[in-house]
Amino acid sequence: MSQIHVSTTVNGDAVEFLCEPDETLLDALRDRLGLTGTKEGCGTGDCGACSVTVDGRLVCSCLVLGAEANGASVDTIEGLGQGDALHPLQRKFLEHAALQCGVCTPGFLVAAKSLLDRNPDPTETEVRYWLAGNLCRCTGYDKIVRAVIDAAADMRSQAAQS
Amino acid sequence: MALDDKHGVQTRDFKIVGTRPVRPDGLEKVTGKARFGADMALPGMLIGMILRSPHAHAHIRSIDASKALALPGVKAVVTATDFQDPGDGLRDILENCMAGEKALYDGHAVAAVAAINRSVAKRALALIDVDYEALPHVTDVDAAMRPGAPALHEDAADESVPDGWSKNVVRRYEFGHGDVDAGFAAADEVVERSFRTEAAHQGYIEPHACVASFGGDGQADLWCCTQGQYMVRATCAGIMGIEVAQLRVTASEIGGGFGGKTTVFIEPVALALSRKAGKPVKIVMSREEVFRATGPTSSSSIDVKVGMTKDGRITAGSAELRYQGGAWPGSPVEFGAMSSFAAYDLENVKTVGWDVVTNRPKQAAYRAPGAPMAAFAVESCVDELCKTLGLDPLDVRLKNASRDGSKASYGPTFDKIGLTATLATAKTHPHLSAPLGPNQGRGVACGFWFNFGGDTCVSMNIGSDGTVSVIEGNPDIGGSRAAMSQMAAEELGIPFEKVRTVIADTSSLGYNEVTDGSRVTFAVGLATIKAARDAIEKMCARAAALWGIPAEAVVWEDGCAKPAGPNAGEHEPMTLAEIAAVASETGGPIAGHYEVNADGAGVSFATHVCDVEVDPETGATKVLRYTVFQDAGKAVHPAYVEGQFQGGAVQGIGWALNEEYIYGEDGRLQNPGFLDYRIPVASDLPMIDAVIVEVPNPGHPYGVRGVGETSIVPPLAAVANAVSAACGVRMTELPMSPPKLLKAMSQKTA
Amino acid sequence: MPKVGIWGSLRDATDGLAEVEVDAANVRQLLDRLAEAYPGLAPQIERGVSVSIDGKIYRNAWLAQLKPDSEVFLLPRLNGG
Repeated sequence: MSQIHVSTTVNGDAVEFLCEPDETLLDALRDRLGLTGTKEGCGTGDCGACSVTVDGRLVCSCLVLGAEANGASVDTIEGLGQGDALHPLQRKFLEHAALQCGVCTPGFLVAAKSLLDRNPDPTETEVRYWLAGNLCRCTGYDKIVRAVIDAAADMRSQAAQS
Repeated sequence: MALDDKHGVQTRDFKIVGTRPVRPDGLEKVTGKARFGADMALPGMLIGMILRSPHAHAHIRSIDASKALALPGVKAVVTATDFQDPGDGLRDILENCMAGEKALYDGHAVAAVAAINRSVAKRALALIDVDYEALPHVTDVDAAMRPGAPALHEDAADESVPDGWSKNVVRRYEFGHGDVDAGFAAADEVVERSFRTEAAHQGYIEPHACVASFGGDGQADLWCCTQGQYMVRATCAGIMGIEVAQLRVTASEIGGGFGGKTTVFIEPVALALSRKAGKPVKIVMSREEVFRATGPTSSSSIDVKVGMTKDGRITAGSAELRYQGGAWPGSPVEFGAMSSFAAYDLENVKTVGWDVVTNRPKQAAYRAPGAPMAAFAVESCVDELCKTLGLDPLDVRLKNASRDGSKASYGPTFDKIGLTATLATAKTHPHLSAPLGPNQGRGVACGFWFNFGGDTCVSMNIGSDGTVSVIEGNPDIGGSRAAMSQMAAEELGIPFEKVRTVIADTSSLGYNEVTDGSRVTFAVGLATIKAARDAIEKMCARAAALWGIPAEAVVWEDGCAKPAGPNAGEHEPMTLAEIAAVASETGGPIAGHYEVNADGAGVSFATHVCDVEVDPETGATKVLRYTVFQDAGKAVHPAYVEGQFQGGAVQGIGWALNEEYIYGEDGRLQNPGFLDYRIPVASDLPMIDAVIVEVPNPGHPYGVRGVGETSIVPPLAAVANAVSAACGVRMTELPMSPPKLLKAMSQKTA
Repeated sequence: MPKVGIWGSLRDATDGLAEVEVDAANVRQLLDRLAEAYPGLAPQIERGVSVSIDGKIYRNAWLAQLKPDSEVFLLPRLNGG
């Protein structure tokens, strides 16, 4: 079985890799590009641990083929911060203790950023429904939801100042 | 120092303990850098995969792997014949990792392959021929107990089991005191009900993963996600027939465990494949494998009888608990039997527990193992009595609550405990007086867990620049490195930021028990404080030597060595950093150590209050409001204590409302995925209010009690009692999924 | 002499007694003498038990001291999740 050559952009950088025709984007990111921040919790699109965006659209990377990334722009947890500056969501997750084991955290952060890109002032209900595709077994979601709402407020006030 | 008059426990004014610093491993976890089980790779690594039985119960007549071995890229195949009998203590664990003569459940491992990549390994699995002879199976606990039920083992029962039961009944436990018959006779009202709960999976988001490297020289390294690297070392060394010093186990960051990672599943298999192939081997379970072949907790069938006087005094309680623990002995039924009535100070109590084997995966510990289902049954009966007698459920619990000096239902006398403090706090909380609408109801329930201590080692190295490394041996599942750094900084009198806590591999520190039993903040915290005191003693001795005074004449205050009093002479205090800077010149590096089998964990109680709304059209239950009141002894990092309360409550809500193992007539698991095994998602839930009650534990220098497990004990009953209040139906079977509740409501109307 | 509470299902081995007296100064002595006096307890002791002394639970703590008036209970070996 010959492999497929894929040219894509990941977190703003142009990259190329070879992958099997049936290989998921998740496996390609982790095994071909060494970007192991994106996690596999189920492999069936039920847990959201592998959340990334492809051309700005939030997806489960376990349900996308690596080959589909050709020509696209992929954003992962590794690209969320800018250099050594954390994204407000990352800071608020730390301040609110919104993670315990932390394995679902990259997926939540990517999904939450995708929400705030579309809706800078979400209600608690909107946060809960947007994040309903991301499973967390440790926290009961309370502190995650608070962190996202607080990060949104922080980003709005920063935007108002600039 | 101050004296807490109420409990006679010494408390103190803390500077760092009780604050909420950012956890030291936080940045790695929000940036994707943290390395979990599946994130490890070694050069030349092979991929291992496991072939699993499609039968619930079958003889394995033969396994032919010749076609798989002939496939290019396949480097090794292992089956049970590649392992020696490791003896009594480990035989069941090995058989669970790799089936011997029989496959005992759907998903039981029968063979494994190592190949150059996943697709070759996958193809190789399909080429392994297993000749099965299917046998009759049983997956239900009550059916498995009946004489004539298909037997899994010939002689797994011990001497506690009386004659007349099927061979699947393997242990019997009985606890209690007083005369329950006399107690029931003295009651004005007696309720007797039978309950059933389904198996719930721990549901950690990270599937099991490991990388094993077994060299030709007999030395081996293993990297894995586990709740206890020392347990993995002891178990794997025993199974592989090597000495513990030859096997180094490194715990990766762990993506949840909740008890499910307190044993091994794939680690011995990866080691065996690596030994055979001569190359490192990585195994990562799929989610389906996690559901089919790793721990859920037990399913249960429980009969409870409770008697009460008109004024709310419980006169007697009895329970008969039957837990199936999968294909081998070891269900946590004894903990169910011991804990079921622990919240009540009873003159007459009797509980009997039956441990039963069935054709299901071997149960693994799940957060307060055995207690939630027992509390569900007992707290449902107490709630029903309160309703029948027109009594307030919190008042009745306060009246009967275990308190300091009560004789526990499992025997011993309680020391300082916080149950009444949680009840009293709940009683005055606004939640209790909030109005309810139509189809809404409120439930309360209490819960108990024992908490453990156990073997623990901590080392503390004082760096030459005045910073401190704490080395401990327990995987950090929920922020424990932050708590250790806090306790070390508190005791040493230095800022939190000056301490870094790391988790050692098995070769770098002495033995530590698994991260379980809510033991880490208690036991590792205790050892951290004692290691700090050891280091302080050494630092005081250095200062004393420099000052030319006796070591006893030096005290440690606010991070400095100081002369104890005027008699010790005039000397400028030396800070930790100043002493550390001249450590070499004054005798060499300074380190503190502490090794202990920690006792005095201090039991834990909680009271939960839950509001729900039941949709009469669909039978769906929505949790509207939920408050946890739990005794933490002393909350070291309150945010992570709240996190334990909230997470445990939500796991309990899931168990109550949706989660269940569903077996078909063929004995196969029908819902091995998160789509059909539905754990709570964010949109199912409200905020979970966490109220920390602090009744210091006299067994810990700072009063700490473990908090991890108790929070899953009350929710099953709290939700069921709320459902009963909302729709007038007493649900005795979990989960209370919409179809079941709808059926129960329509039967009531009919 | 310390009195030792025996959990219900072990009482077959103690002639039905819920509590027995054992002359022992520590846990190891206690377990040895219990197994000697009541051989039916030996298999469970061999498999492992916890011991509570005056309300405090010990695992594998052979050297934990017993006082003449200590309240002692045998308990199944405890663990957790």
